[in-house]
Amino acid sequence: MTENNKALSVKAPSFLDYAPAPESTSILHLKKHYGLFIDGEFVDGRGDAFSTISPATEKEIASISNANNADVDAAVAAARKAYERTWSKLSGADRGKYLFRIARLVQERARELAVAESLDNGKPIKESRDVDVPLVAAWFFYYAGWADKLDYAGLGPNPQSLGVAAQVIPWNFPLLMLAWKIAPALAAGNTVVIKPAETTPLSAMIFAEILQQADLPKGVVNIVTGAGDTGSALVNHPDVNKVAFTGSTGVGRAIAKSIAGSGKKVTLELGGKNANIVFDDAPMDQAIEGIVNGIFFNQGHVCCAGSRLLVQENVHDEVVDRLKARLSTLRLGDPLDKNTDIGAINSKAQLDRIRELSNVGEAEGAERWTADCVIPENGFWFAPTIFTNVSTSSRIAREEVFGPVLSVLTFRTPAEAIAKANNTPYGLSAGIWSDKGSRVLAVADKLRAGVIWANTFNRFDPASPFGGYKESGYGREGGRHGLAAYLESAGWAAPAVTKGGKK
Amino acid sequence: MTRLTVPKTYKLYIGGKFPRSESGRTYEVATKKGAFLANAARASRKDARDAVVAARAAVSGWSGATGYNRGQVLYRIAELLEGRREQFVDELMATESLSKAAATTQVDTAIDAWVWYAGWADKYVQVAGNGNPVSGPYFNLSTPEPSGVIAIVAPQDSSSLLGLVSVIAPALVSGNTVVVVAHEAAPLSAISLSEVLATSDVPGGVINILTGSPAEIAPWLASHADVNGLDLAGAEQLEWVDLQIAAADTLKRVSGPVVGVPAPSVERIVQWTETKTVWHTKSLI
Repeated sequence: MTENNKALSVKAPSFLDYAPAPESTSILHLKKHYGLFIDGEFVDGRGDAFSTISPATEKEIASISNANNADVDAAVAAARKAYERTWSKLSGADRGKYLFRIARLVQERARELAVAESLDNGKPIKESRDVDVPLVAAWFFYYAGWADKLDYAGLGPNPQSLGVAAQVIPWNFPLLMLAWKIAPALAAGNTVVIKPAETTPLSAMIFAEILQQADLPKGVVNIVTGAGDTGSALVNHPDVNKVAFTGSTGVGRAIAKSIAGSGKKVTLELGGKNANIVFDDAPMDQAIEGIVNGIFFNQGHVCCAGSRLLVQENVHDEVVDRLKARLSTLRLGDPLDKNTDIGAINSKAQLDRIRELSNVGEAEGAERWTADCVIPENGFWFAPTIFTNVSTSSRIAREEVFGPVLSVLTFRTPAEAIAKANNTPYGLSAGIWSDKGSRVLAVADKLRAGVIWANTFNRFDPASPFGGYKESGYGREGGRHGLAAYLESAGWAAPAVTKGGKK
Repeated sequence: MTRLTVPKTYKLYIGGKFPRSESGRTYEVATKKGAFLANAARASRKDARDAVVAARAAVSGWSGATGYNRGQVLYRIAELLEGRREQFVDELMATESLSKAAATTQVDTAIDAWVWYAGWADKYVQVAGNGNPVSGPYFNLSTPEPSGVIAIVAPQDSSSLLGLVSVIAPALVSGNTVVVVAHEAAPLSAISLSEVLATSDVPGGVINILTGSPAEIAPWLASHADVNGLDLAGAEQLEWVDLQIAAADTLKRVSGPVVGVPAPSVERIVQWTETKTVWHTKSLI
């Protein structure tokens, strides 16, 4: 931060000047090395350990075990044993009580988890503190209550758990994605082997400690850290019954292929190139904030980010001018500083991809504007960037950048907006900004996307199903629908028509 | 003097029309004892692709119709089928060597399946959808919507008519359009059904029926980028894992092989839908 302050001090004083207010890391009591969490214990991995670093400083935080195939075998075996001997024999009410405990422990250790998350991931502390961690607790609390009410989940009476769930999660919301995966799986009666992303394993390790405090029966949740080959060994393991993956469409496609014919139930939550549609009658103050939140929340590392802004032509200039003014006030820097709006890019690899696609955007004729902000010397950073004059065929209008880069396109009529919004192989989310409720309803009907935000963006709630159409994946997470991903119907009473047919 | 009969030419059913296979190919359909019945069209890759184009073109109209309207259209299929029961009974007796009683049961069950599914068209949304109590000032609603174009391999081991109806009807309920490969050995009832469809109120392109070799046609449908779902109900004898792998290229929704004929179920409707969740922001008052 010192470098940053020096740089700021040479500028003329403005209302944006502020004193740094970093969250203290003294709340953390991190270990130097973290093992795998298998069968209720931390054990060393048999692969070569790797470092997890802070993307804001590039300094090592801890060394992390790397699970090889034998470790994955051990984790799956532990999960299987726990499923057969403990978890599937427990009443729904007791499963629920364990999940309630976990929810409470997450709340109790919320600050610690938020600091660890921002340190390891690079996201601003205000987001990990106010969004990620509260939602983690809410997710466990919500699904805890479902555990003894599965008959009402919409799958008919007495729905059955699947067995061992293999779960692979991304680095953009490390702990929140863990909660999205583990909470419904356990509520439904499954046991879990989960692999956090290799750049963000830290909060999962603290979560393992929480599981020990909750006295969760050993083997019910197993955490294996590692990279792609660990994930591949996990999802392809012959003794898992369910695969749940959140990440890129490329990897999702590879998983769908590799487990074809295996009978494993699959949910995939993949990429998006999501349209955020602004009509000329939009409530403009809210819309500007919503656009900013839509694409610059979490540095744009959001699969449902509103990365394609579709603005009605007659308000294009106004919207772009106001966006630039608003982005000029965003503070980029230390993720642990409570004033920070834009944190660090999660990894060098991701930064390279954002830079590459942005350069392509320029080369393809779009006009680039970048907020004028001081970039810290160390770490991975990318200033908020807007592209205007973007053509629908440009790569920055079609490919997921997964960074703080907004492509602006225009439209004249609602029909054109809908056609452009749907012109993508993805279909994860969309936004609609208009003060005309009847138009919002009609446009929402026509958009081919799984989550649509009207006059808001990037809202998440454990009661609300989330997931995509088309190449954004299949299955839903959240809500009653999220349970269906971890349950099998025991069958409804067959309708009378079936006399000639059979199941 | 016995009257000389007028046999029917069995063709494909694509976009509401009855074309021959563009390949000019046919194959012989015979009774189980080997007596010649007809030459059915042997659909090609091009026919399959034409069928997908027709199905895609029909999606917006069919999915945009009200549930009440779709329900009536599906119910009308049952009405017309009922009026032609005898024709279907005779055809099934010939093609599947069934007794009159067995053939009658199959036709009646198929008719009743249309009625059962027709009734779902304006109800499945209430069963599969949800109002969600989110923590905030939002009206949050989840609604199932059709996935789009569904490619189907109809059951192949028995019950050529009932098998076909049991896989296409549930996909149609929510507003999907279908391209279906009929029972290979006993395809005649499928084409006769398409005559029912053509004279009912089902818009052209909503149901497209191909006859021929599922092993030849299914790979083109499984890998087709404009197909959203793949029902492998009748694919057990095919290299269905390869079909599933091909389908993963565009992350199609896939339903696996079924033994016999799938029983009517609301899950078969919902599996070809996507849940859309809309957050409506409430205003201040």
